[in-house]
Amino acid sequence: MNTLSILYIFLFYVAMIALVAGIINKLLQYKRVPAPLKIAVTPAPLTKPGVVYRFFTEVVLFNSLFRATKWTWIFSFLFHASLLLAFFRHLRYVISPDSFIWPLVNNLVVQSFGHYAGFTMLIGLLGLLARRIFVDRVRYISSPSDYLMLLLILGIAGSGLSIVYVSHTDIVQLKAFIMGLFYFDWQNLPSDTLLLAHVTMVLFLALIFPVSKLLHAPGLFMAPTRYQLDNPREKRHLSEWGAELEKDGRNS
Amino acid sequence: MADYEVPETHEFPIIPSIMEGAMAHSSPFVAGEEFQSDMGFPSPEEPGQLIDGWHEKFLELMKDKLSKYRSLQVFMDICVKCGACTDKCHYFIGTADPKNMPVARQDLLRKVYRRYFTFAGKYFPKLVGAVDLTEDVIHQMYSYYHQCSECRRCAVFCPFGIDTAEVTMAARDMLAQIGMGQKYSNQIIPKVHKIGNNLGLPEPALADTLEGLEEEVEDDIGVKVRFPLDEKGAEILMVTPSADFFAEPHIDGLIGYGKVFHAAGVTWTLSSKASEAANFGLFIGNYEHMRQISLRIRDAAKELGVKRIIFGECGHAWRVAYNHLNTLAGPWDFLDQNYPIPQHILEFTKDCLDRGILNIDKSENDHMTLTFHDSCNIARASRIGDTPGSQFTTPREVIQAVCNNYHDMSQDTIFDQTFCCGGGGGLLTDDLMELRIKGALPRMEALKNVSKDHGVTHMAAICAICKSQFTKVLPYYGMTMDQIVSVHQLVSNAIILEGQGEEAEDSDDTDDEAA
Ligand code: HEM
Ligand code: SF4
Ligand code: SF4
Repeated sequence: MNTLSILYIFLFYVAMIALVAGIINKLLQYKRVPAPLKIAVTPAPLTKPGVVYRFFTEVVLFNSLFRATKWTWIFSFLFHASLLLAFFRHLRYVISPDSFIWPLVNNLVVQSFGHYAGFTMLIGLLGLLARRIFVDRVRYISSPSDYLMLLLILGIAGSGLSIVYVSHTDIVQLKAFIMGLFYFDWQNLPSDTLLLAHVTMVLFLALIFPVSKLLHAPGLFMAPTRYQLDNPREKRHLSEWGAELEKDGRNS
Repeated sequence: MADYEVPETHEFPIIPSIMEGAMAHSSPFVAGEEFQSDMGFPSPEEPGQLIDGWHEKFLELMKDKLSKYRSLQVFMDICVKCGACTDKCHYFIGTADPKNMPVARQDLLRKVYRRYFTFAGKYFPKLVGAVDLTEDVIHQMYSYYHQCSECRRCAVFCPFGIDTAEVTMAARDMLAQIGMGQKYSNQIIPKVHKIGNNLGLPEPALADTLEGLEEEVEDDIGVKVRFPLDEKGAEILMVTPSADFFAEPHIDGLIGYGKVFHAAGVTWTLSSKASEAANFGLFIGNYEHMRQISLRIRDAAKELGVKRIIFGECGHAWRVAYNHLNTLAGPWDFLDQNYPIPQHILEFTKDCLDRGILNIDKSENDHMTLTFHDSCNIARASRIGDTPGSQFTTPREVIQAVCNNYHDMSQDTIFDQTFCCGGGGGLLTDDLMELRIKGALPRMEALKNVSKDHGVTHMAAICAICKSQFTKVLPYYGMTMDQIVSVHQLVSNAIILEGQGEEAEDSDDTDDEAA
């Protein structure tokens, strides 16, 4: 095995552990911190299925964003939907052809949609970048990291598309490399520049995920304003530290 | 009327281009030592300074807040700077100051959070816009966290439900604890603790006022409507904002509650101890103060032996009552469980109307064409009625049951998209007059347009702060202060009590069914 491959094997493991451990750590932290007061933004659902529906409209349709700004919604929806499709398309690199889910991944629909998703993702990202640069309000709130995040993902999308359209890589060897990571049966990684660039940027994205604003994806589900039921009169809500204060006997 | 630059209203709302520093000069008076110490907050040696060791103290407080409030911890992390909230705040629309964009307001604290509590901010501060905690940063926070009325309009549009009000509350509490409390709120809260209401109106004065009110109503309609105080054994404890006892148009609303109770034949009482629905503990983000203020109501309910608690017309008071009374001053197992605890006066009145036990003559309100201002805390932080969104329909149904002429303002300024009056969240003080006038812009614009297009003459509200704020700012926008009315004032106008004005037989009740 060559040195380059050894380096990337190492980077892969580090990035994946950082990603998973980082997200779990953050979610545990959010869970540990109590929500002492009822703060659902109303109108809010009265039942648990209602909350599930509320999240459905937010996660799948970006409902609030749609109400807020149509342009951002269009670009953002394009980007995220494409991201999801690209994700599905990539599954064929990590799933063994013997697996029962293989036909779900390796079919014309997933593969061709995933294909076009590269382009729609670029459009979405460029739209979001343009908004960040040209709308004075959004420019004002942007830090260098906000631009770099978009550029990073643009880089990932761009290099990915180039592998498909400009210069192919050795897909068979790539798949062997990835499957090898799972089974600890390490193989060489194809060494063409485009692929290395693509993979490097993806690993970097995974690495910074838990320490950046990308936390919005898991964090979204932890916002009390959205997940709380609207039932404060029916059910007494009390946090641990709130209960502690009641030791003064005033609530009895 | 003092001189202030009043923003122009337009036929269609305009989102301004940003003007950096446009409101940097706006800051409410800082609480002096006496008010700080009344609240249990520290004061600096020299006025205008920060307390010794403020830097470490602030970071400690922040750590504590982050470990006690999930909302704050999550919101600090997950904002993606998408900009969806940037044009949603009435203070931004009215002032064009970019720090009044909700996300920029949050960022005042977030930049510090990142610097001291995150990996990226510790090692790459410039990259992620993290900043050191300096005195200048503290003063900016003091200024801009007092340019937020905690109205939550931003939270409606944020794809992640980030509520800037949560950040504002946390920041204000931390500021107060390093010697930068706000004078207005810190002056008021101790009065509630000591005397029972924000005005510092003691029991004898209150009894006097209510007696006068009874006489006035009797002179007016010839029926003795009672306004009882501290009457043990009454069924209902009525908790209402103290402005209802003397301010216009609030007091007309209070008369309305009295008439509805009278017609419904229930016994009720006010309490001198809990002679205030407002709870400024919410505004300053202090759980303990909010709890102590709520506990007065528990004590009063127990002492008076009531079975039910009803709240009068007040936005943030209802937010605290609806969401937090159970948490802070519960459990309420000694009250009658057949009624919501607490109940809103509109729920009570609506029920009476539905049961047809009120005798209504709508034509009494025919000299007005009404519209309704949804108060932010009721629209986005509570409910009135049984179903999600009934906080919008209930007041409208009540108004339309007592008035013939009604028209809503533009869709994007009502319901959960309603605009704050500009004076909520602890900003209803003269030292913030410029901000209050500018922040009222979107509401004033919508009111002007509905007046022009549909002949609306009056705007009804169910919040003491909204009513006071509008009375003050309407004239700046070329309207008159009496254009703001209480919802129960309309009920009061239309309700005919048994034995009332026998001579004035109805002549024109034929078009009653119009609404
Ligand atoms: C639960 C899944 C997710 C949801 C519901 C979600 C939702 C959103 C929303 C509503 C926005 C704001 C609009 C915008 O600026 O685009 C946003 C922004 C963003 N999301 Fe996601 N997202 C999810 C997952 C992800 C993932 C996995 C990534 C990883 C690459 C990602 C990357 C981004 C980026 C980079 C932005 C900022 C775009 C900008 O700078 O304008 N999102 N997301
Ligand atoms: S809570 Fe209201 S006042 Fe505060 S930033 Fe949000 S929109 Fe503006
Ligand atoms: S809408 Fe929410 S996520 Fe977007 S910038 Fe505002 S606070 Fe941040």
